[in-house]
Amino acid sequence: MSIDWNHFTPWSALAGGMGIGIAAALFVLLNGRIAGISGIVGGLFKLQTGDMGWRMAFVAGLVAAPLIWQLFHGLPTLQIDTGYGMLALAGLMVGIGTRYGSGCTSGHGVCGMSRLSPRSIVATLVFMGTGFVTVYLIRHVFGG
Amino acid sequence: MANITALLAGLIFGLGLILAGMANPAKVLAFLDITGSWDPSLALVMGGAIAVGSIAFAVAGRRNRSYLGLPMHLPAARMIDKRLVLGSLAFGIGWGMAGICPGPALVLLGTGSSEGAVFVVAMLLGMGIFEILERSKSVDRSKTGQHV
Repeated sequence: MSIDWNHFTPWSALAGGMGIGIAAALFVLLNGRIAGISGIVGGLFKLQTGDMGWRMAFVAGLVAAPLIWQLFHGLPTLQIDTGYGMLALAGLMVGIGTRYGSGCTSGHGVCGMSRLSPRSIVATLVFMGTGFVTVYLIRHVFGG
Repeated sequence: MANITALLAGLIFGLGLILAGMANPAKVLAFLDITGSWDPSLALVMGGAIAVGSIAFAVAGRRNRSYLGLPMHLPAARMIDKRLVLGSLAFGIGWGMAGICPGPALVLLGTGSSEGAVFVVAMLLGMGIFEILERSKSVDRSKTGQHV
């Protein structure tokens, strides 16, 4: 392991992280809900009346974020080097996996870890671990 | 009112993701590449989010209703089962393949990126497959009279 100091951005990472935390805080304190993106989006498929509005509103806020950002500032580099086939497979795995696992980076990683939920700690360790292994295999074993 | 606060929470969440670098898949992959030249930034994203979140959830945990008077929906499940572990395992593989998780996927969609759109469509398809499998399972259960 060697740390890539040139790309290390501690202050924006910390500030952005706190922004995510503030959003999760507002959501639980005002709406009484966990800001878990996979749960919010996945819940749309249940088509329950009275439950669709806030889900759609949260998703709309997320999708609008880059547009609002651009009103004040140019977007930072958002670089995707993955091909379409691999992206589609990855998206499928993320969709199915987060629903079976009841959460993703936000629901388990941020909200669940904040609540010290044992399920979320286990889930976060598992998806971080498999994330590390997957990148290792793609980049250093199969040579990407 | 609840829809407006949900919209705002989603917006702030998305702006946080962009500022943090989480919406940049190349940066996420550089974080997951611990044996290569590792960019530890995203550990601080999680640290910052949890620092704020833990205060909010400590307050929320003591309340029956939210400040808008809505019921508190905090997860009560405590069982660490096969679904949780295998689901998270599949999610981790997908996350490692592209460096994109659900929140950043929706932000990337908002930038008009065709890669983001492909990922989101596939992710929704995956969630839809889950929903169909779950429903067919509950139909089977009601036919045979089994309860889980």
